[in-house]
Amino acid sequence: MKIRDNRAWWLVLPVFVLVAFSAIIPMMTVVNYSVQDIFDPSTRYFVGTEWYREILADPRLRDSLLRQFLYSACVLAIEVPLGIVVALSMPRRGLGVPVSLILLALPLLVPWNVVGTIWQIIGREDIGLYGWLINHAGIDYNYASNPRDAWITVLVMDVWHWTSLVALLCYSGLRSIPDVYYQAARIDRASNWAVFRYIQLPKLKNVLLIAVMLRFMDSFMIYTEPFVLTGGGPGTATTFLSQTLTQMALGQFDLGRAAAFSLIYFLIILLVTWVFYTAMTHRDDMR
Amino acid sequence: MTLRKSLVMLLYLLFVLVPIYWLVNMSLKSNREILGGLTLWPTAPTLDNYRVIFTEPSWYTSYLNSLTYVSMNVVISLLVALPAAYAFSRFRFLGDKHMFFWLLTNRMAPPAVFLLPFFQLYSAVGLFDTPIAVALAHCLFNVPLAVWILEGFMSSVPKEIDETAYIDGYTFPKFFVRIFLPMIRPGIGVTAFFCFMFSWVELLLARTLTSVDAKPIVAQMTRTVSAAGIDWGVLAAAGVVALLPGVAVIYFVRNHVAKGFALGRV
Amino acid sequence: MAEIRLEQLAHRYGGRAAPATDYALRPMAHVWEQGGAYALLGPSGCGKSTLLNIISGLLAPSEGRVLFDGRPVNDLTPQQRNIAQVFQFPVVYDTMTVYDNLAFPLRNQGQPRDTIDARVREVAKALEIEGVLQRRARHLSADEKQKVSMGRGLVRDDVAAILFDEPLTVIDPQLKWRLRRKLKEIHRRFDVTMIYVTHDQLEASTFADKIAVMYDGQIVQFGTPRELFENPRHTFVGYFIGSPGMNLLDVSRDGDIVTLAGAPYPFPRAWREAFAGQAGRRLQVGIRPEFVSLVNAETAPLTGTVAQVQDQGTFRIVDIRLSTPAESVIKARVAEEVTVPEGRVGIDLPLTWLRAYADDQLVEVAHEDS
Repeated sequence: MKIRDNRAWWLVLPVFVLVAFSAIIPMMTVVNYSVQDIFDPSTRYFVGTEWYREILADPRLRDSLLRQFLYSACVLAIEVPLGIVVALSMPRRGLGVPVSLILLALPLLVPWNVVGTIWQIIGREDIGLYGWLINHAGIDYNYASNPRDAWITVLVMDVWHWTSLVALLCYSGLRSIPDVYYQAARIDRASNWAVFRYIQLPKLKNVLLIAVMLRFMDSFMIYTEPFVLTGGGPGTATTFLSQTLTQMALGQFDLGRAAAFSLIYFLIILLVTWVFYTAMTHRDDMR
Repeated sequence: MTLRKSLVMLLYLLFVLVPIYWLVNMSLKSNREILGGLTLWPTAPTLDNYRVIFTEPSWYTSYLNSLTYVSMNVVISLLVALPAAYAFSRFRFLGDKHMFFWLLTNRMAPPAVFLLPFFQLYSAVGLFDTPIAVALAHCLFNVPLAVWILEGFMSSVPKEIDETAYIDGYTFPKFFVRIFLPMIRPGIGVTAFFCFMFSWVELLLARTLTSVDAKPIVAQMTRTVSAAGIDWGVLAAAGVVALLPGVAVIYFVRNHVAKGFALGRV
Repeated sequence: MAEIRLEQLAHRYGGRAAPATDYALRPMAHVWEQGGAYALLGPSGCGKSTLLNIISGLLAPSEGRVLFDGRPVNDLTPQQRNIAQVFQFPVVYDTMTVYDNLAFPLRNQGQPRDTIDARVREVAKALEIEGVLQRRARHLSADEKQKVSMGRGLVRDDVAAILFDEPLTVIDPQLKWRLRRKLKEIHRRFDVTMIYVTHDQLEASTFADKIAVMYDGQIVQFGTPRELFENPRHTFVGYFIGSPGMNLLDVSRDGDIVTLAGAPYPFPRAWREAFAGQAGRRLQVGIRPEFVSLVNAETAPLTGTVAQVQDQGTFRIVDIRLSTPAESVIKARVAEEVTVPEGRVGIDLPLTWLRAYADDQLVEVAHEDS
């Protein structure tokens, strides 16, 4: 059991100050925007909750919200299990360790606009390897004109880009399991599945929580990569929430409405994350 | 068993490496060759793209700018997150759970609208266009992440270790640095890498908070788009060059990440 | 249930190619009989845990064979060897209840539910953890966890042997004593071979019928606690067992004159001959403090001055600095009621309890009644 001691606040204080500095004032400013109609810095009117009501009634929000949920669900359903499998398959010692660590980390280190660029080229039928291979395998594939192809390409790109994050987190989590646990499991005649289920998975719980939530938040706010790859098209097939928002804020200079949108968006993420967080940490407190 | 594992690993690495190879491939081609047709390797390899990056001051200074604020960010994040994570993993205190969750919420703000107030805030305190501004702004999402990852690792260290150390006469700072930190080395390595990575690839905040003096490499990359179209080759070369510091970082932390966890006596 | 035999067993962590100085275990042959309670005693780093892991199959020896009931098991996994092992630090499956932890090895063998339930309850009762059976293992205290850890070893009744690797390290002293008795009881009841690794001689002698003392990668002596005490076959056994350990004094030979700690000493003929047969080796004699007696300084062949007296409650330990050129210190254990003389004292070393060593190995000396 944890010790009750309010002096622990002193250890947390630096973090609190540092984060609050960058978090609280911008948040208040955005709340302020969201209840005003802003024409230019000196001409603004208080409009109350008008923006909120308008946005919640807007079919564009509902469409992209649905797309967004479907997308994030797919991302989690693929990347988390795949990341665990990759982490379990990593070598445990020898030269293979640094080599696979470095190779795994590569996609994470590519600046996001470059990620879009790579897949934009590699998916093209005429000059890209994947587009060429798929089309020559007899499948008609064109991410620029077919909504389904575009959607799948964005998803595969995300899997390529981010599964390594899950894998690296899980790998480091696995490394923190003392060898003696595996030895005990062998003595107890545990099957590979039992070792995974009762030793590895419980010890991975902390890192998995991080991985799931990070992937949820970041996939829910995905912007740069699909914007570079498809520009949100064809049609609105890959127009995700943050692109809708950016169009509103920058394209239409509708700052008040965009601020209200941001806050609603923020609250949705907050809510879903909170549900994940409570569900995954709740069992800790039992028994 | 081992064979199956190696096979999974090889297939996955192949999946990871093909697009990376394509990036390198592109960086060694001229724009005409990139757009001209499918070639598995450059038919007329050229280093022109790299020459642009290493000779134009706007490229290499932006590269150095990025390195500066990213290193600052990693150091700051780790320094403040380590004690905080220890507090969360070992103690109950007033508002601990709310505090922990509030930290996480800072990763959730969609940037498009939040950028403007950020710009105003940092201009008001006179930090606009300095590396420290970007480093501090990136703390917004890196510090919560660091606290979070470290807390997970610290919780897996048995509390008996702390108790034994205090009984053996260690003071808190001495125990923390000499005994506790070495035990969570994998966690520190992973945290450092993730802080580096998220700060290095972040574009919107970094671009908003800088103009000339502290312009980051990711912002410089967006300049490859001009009226004449995208300069694919230079963009690819910049992408390749942008990979290198991260590779160096993971190479340095590899032993920490791969280090097994020994339950020994204190 | 099995007899465990080690044949020409040796281990180098670097494999066979590693230099001979890298031996973690030097070549050895040894037999643990079926149903015995054994201790493997030695200081840290002597290879006890290595030997234990080789027996259980967690480690493959670089040389030699391990046989269970005459059947080589080198290529068998721990599962196939059917062995139980308890580790130094508690290993529990955090997310399971205590009950499930104890049932885990049996369920993995696919035993029927009733058998499992009966066994789990029996073991839980023996270890006094019935009260926490339904709690999650992660919420237990360190010693409860270790009991669960031990319980998982004890719960299987068909094992070839149960190996304990310093299982009581994390347990507080009072409970330690009770648990050791419990183990002994369980050993009697289940008639299973138990090998218990420890660096604590008291733990070894209270648990085991026979103790194997390990030193520098070798079993230097295997015997009952009494044999180890009375007749150490190696100087290491002499000073590692007993508290304080055996006194060891250098002997040298110059022609017919035999000196002890630098001064001539009247050894009987059989002793002189025994020493003569060990030419070129390092000679020592050893005697336990319990057998050293203090006598009148005028008639004794060996004298010294009292340097220190430690009161140990029911007895005292007297340090005597010899008046020989080597100035060695010899310890004597004297009863409480005996007055320790001040200054110069004579020392008697009864031949019955005096042992001769050449290069640390015991040398047999023919008994002559004189």
